[in-house]
Amino acid sequence: MIRVYTSSVIGASADAVWARVRDFNGLPNWTPFVAESRIENGLPADKIGCVRNFKLKDGGQIREQLLMLSDYDYQCTYSILESPMGVSNYIATLKLTPITDGNRTFGEWSAEFDCSPQDERRLAEQIGQGVFQGGFDALKGYFR
Amino acid sequence: MQRIIRSTIIDAPIADVWAVLRDFNSHTAWHTVVAESRIENDEPSDQIGCVRNFTLADGNQIREQLIALSDKDYISTYCILDATLPLERYVATVKLSPVTDGNRTFWHWQSTFDAPRGREAEFADLVGKGVYEAGFEGLRRYLLEGRRADAAKATPTAALQGNAMRSQFTSASSAGAMACDAVFVERHGGPEVLSYRSAYAPAPAAGEVRIRHTAIGVNYIDVYVRKGLYPLVTPPGIPGMEGAGTVIDVGAGVAHLLPGDRVAYAAPQPGAYATIRTLDASQVVRLPPTVSDITAAAVMLKGMTAEYLLTRTTRIRAGDTVLVHAAAGGAGLLLCQWAAHLGAAVIGTVSSDDKARLAREHGCAHPIVLSRTGREFDAYRFADAVMAITHGRGVEAIYDGLGQAAMEENLASLALTGHWVSYGQASGALPAIPVERLNAKSATLSRPVLFHYTADAARLRAMAANLFEMLERGRLKVHIGQRFPLSAAAEAHRAIEARGTTGCTVLLP
Repeated sequence: MIRVYTSSVIGASADAVWARVRDFNGLPNWTPFVAESRIENGLPADKIGCVRNFKLKDGGQIREQLLMLSDYDYQCTYSILESPMGVSNYIATLKLTPITDGNRTFGEWSAEFDCSPQDERRLAEQIGQGVFQGGFDALKGYFR
Repeated sequence: MQRIIRSTIIDAPIADVWAVLRDFNSHTAWHTVVAESRIENDEPSDQIGCVRNFTLADGNQIREQLIALSDKDYISTYCILDATLPLERYVATVKLSPVTDGNRTFWHWQSTFDAPRGREAEFADLVGKGVYEAGFEGLRRYLLEGRRADAAKATPTAALQGNAMRSQFTSASSAGAMACDAVFVERHGGPEVLSYRSAYAPAPAAGEVRIRHTAIGVNYIDVYVRKGLYPLVTPPGIPGMEGAGTVIDVGAGVAHLLPGDRVAYAAPQPGAYATIRTLDASQVVRLPPTVSDITAAAVMLKGMTAEYLLTRTTRIRAGDTVLVHAAAGGAGLLLCQWAAHLGAAVIGTVSSDDKARLAREHGCAHPIVLSRTGREFDAYRFADAVMAITHGRGVEAIYDGLGQAAMEENLASLALTGHWVSYGQASGALPAIPVERLNAKSATLSRPVLFHYTADAARLRAMAANLFEMLERGRLKVHIGQRFPLSAAAEAHRAIEARGTTGCTVLLP
């Protein structure tokens, strides 16, 4: 089991950041790497169990299922159903915490997954830095 | 039951913060409200179940028990057993999380408790502000003090830094103007017009920040300001364009800085030769943990100058040949390294063999030692050497801080379509240059000023980020040739005017 953890500080209130990231179908609105996304079977994007089916700008197709969404704790947990990445048992959580000292937000994005040993380093880097840090950088840029 | 939550970002790696907080008896060292504390029964302070018995500065007494401690999750949970304060069922948790983006620490501190009916707000305030927020500030200062003590051990100016540290604790929270010491230009003239005396740093107005300096950079422009060649200071006034230190407080509308942040700046308005300074916050950037205060104070102005000269005024590419004047000076050494990193062949002028060696160590492949024996004019003969090195082609760019005396030689050293960048004038102001002189080589002449490039806040941040990245990756070695106490600023000026210095010069409050 590989664990990846990335965290960052975003210069806006947790409410404002959450408003931007809570939409499970909203990846194209704020991440730099998702081209288009839709929710399967016409379900609402905040119905637990719904599946988002999105296309990366590099062409890859990913299906992810919403397992938990908490407007109380500003967090969201999802699993990967299908992806070209070569991971299994992939579960990720994005969590925001208000920083009371200043109008800022502490963001944490973590994932656990299995993969073949020779891919561990590459996938940990790609997910931790490419996806999670890339997402945080986009948020930081948006709220600058 | 009420719940209190406070959180902050501490500008230190999580291991450093946790090393302090995991010790259940460390709070006397870093929290100002704790007067004395001991662990009962001589138990170790990381023994689950141990009890700390402590007295607050106001005389109240509290016994708290450690009920959970996790080195894996950086969590410490404790409860109040008894207290002279009416806090019932008080359970608190300190939790740290790493900020992987920047190697800092998120500190979350929360508790639940019951207070007497009608006094809930009073105790919410006591716990939230008096204990948690004050604790954040206390730990920040404690970590800074440790960092400074380490720095003091490593430098010969330990006594001076120790003084600066003590004074910080007597007045950090007072409102209004703060007393400080500063170097004044009493009238325009030689180094003797500088005097060191008491001054005040006003409370920050909207858009301003007040900084306690830990190091101040000395630049040749400070000499021009002292002499009155640049009308930036009307005597009596404080010179100095760059510094580094710690934020004391910020004015309204300043979102990018918080008290306790380590910061640095190069500002268009002088005033850095002071132990405390209040200035426009838009010029101030936060320092990454890997860049020390002294390094930052030494290179903010000169480093961002190298950044814009090489990547904005000119766009140096691999294979270019450039000429850097005063190559062993503060800006010169940075220009040499940065230009070499970009793949340029660097020719540099210096005034001695020792300086040639230093320039070579910093990426200047071809140092030219200017003769100081002949007439004054000979001191600036270099075009023949440049042409010999470039096989008659000349250089694509010249970075010229010399001015008047080197004018003809510079024009002669340029390649066709070359770019002469005049960013200083140590030998005197450039005279008017007929445009035809440029036409002779399709040459470009620029007379840039750093503060025009940094006037845009986003560009300033980008320039500083590029500079910090070069420092963090070890691509820029910062040679700090001279350190003086702030009170000896006049000696620092004598040294740089005598051309006897190398690299950067800093003043230490």
